[in-house]
Amino acid sequence: MKKYKVITSLSYPQEGAMGKTGSWRVFRPVLDVSKCVKCLRCWIFCPEGSIKRNKDNSVEINYDYCKGCGVCSNVCKVKAITMDREAKKE
Amino acid sequence: MALKDLPIEECLFQGNAACPGCPATIALRLVLKALGKNTIMVVPACCTAVIESLYPKTSFDVPVMNIAFEAAAAGASGVEASLRQQGKEDTTVLAWAGDGGTYDIGIQALSGALERGTNFIYICYNNQIYSNTGVQRSGATPYSAWTTTTVSGKTEFYKEMGDIVRAHHIPYSAQACISQPEDLYRKVQKAKGIKGPKYIEILAPCPPGWRFSMDLTVEMGDLAIETGAWTLYECENDIVTFNGKSKILLEGKIKRKPAEEWIKHQGRFRHLFVPKKDEEKLKLIQQHIDKRWERYQKEFL
Repeated sequence: MKKYKVITSLSYPQEGAMGKTGSWRVFRPVLDVSKCVKCLRCWIFCPEGSIKRNKDNSVEINYDYCKGCGVCSNVCKVKAITMDREAKKE
Repeated sequence: MALKDLPIEECLFQGNAACPGCPATIALRLVLKALGKNTIMVVPACCTAVIESLYPKTSFDVPVMNIAFEAAAAGASGVEASLRQQGKEDTTVLAWAGDGGTYDIGIQALSGALERGTNFIYICYNNQIYSNTGVQRSGATPYSAWTTTTVSGKTEFYKEMGDIVRAHHIPYSAQACISQPEDLYRKVQKAKGIKGPKYIEILAPCPPGWRFSMDLTVEMGDLAIETGAWTLYECENDIVTFNGKSKILLEGKIKRKPAEEWIKHQGRFRHLFVPKKDEEKLKLIQQHIDKRWERYQKEFL
């Protein structure tokens, strides 16, 4: 990346500027690929951009940064994404 | 325009400092998808100044200038003048402010920039509160809503920023909502192609500020449109066109849902339902919406 010679404070773009935000999560979105109809609603509505869209319009969830808000599960019309508790009590 | 036509390229990185379920980042992702990387952002004090994250890292892949609360439009004017001087007129200048920085503190700078005809896009993401500083009342807060400075509910109605901006007779102004991504994307792209000042206001239902569950962000936006609390329209050279569901509501093809449907999900209106239902205030809220729509039908139908 190009660095600039400036005296003022300057931030450089980087993924995970606040660390791995996946640790904020209480509920974990789980995608059922067999139900997915590739409508891409979860991809466009994910506030974090943690849902990766592949070339063939299939989606993957990046658990490193997903904050577990549940928007994807709520906007999914075919209920392909469910929210599971991160650590289940035994 | 379908969702699969939107570009894959992201200008907002993961791992930023936004709250879970934040509407501002949904809007920001869409806007930056529409504008592309050849954009300079000017951000005053607002939630987005926090979402940028901590020095020496930032989660925005476009140049961003942070500026004082009241100076978003003034700063953007300066950036635009500098680019014009350097002959880089294909770069888009985007002023991105919250409703506090637009309705209350930044209104004189915004009005000045609109009047000067600065070639920039001003986007206000309206979450109806000063959410960055901890939920204080703003000029956009609706009647009877709880905030930390209006503990028993706001006693005034909000002002219509869209109308104030339209009075400047600028080439393009629009209202959009995060729950309609295609509509928002189209409006931003349209604004990019027009020379002169452009103003877009985006409704951003804020989970911690409005006190609803963080998975309902998109649903709250949809309900705001269906109840008529928010309208989608665009104004091009003083001709107003309603879009999407708002157009159907204006033509009267479907009926507006009662405002109660929208506000019952929000904890900021809880005092209207618990311990006793406050019919009088609910009626006032409904009347305010009805009156606005009567005016719309008179003016724009």
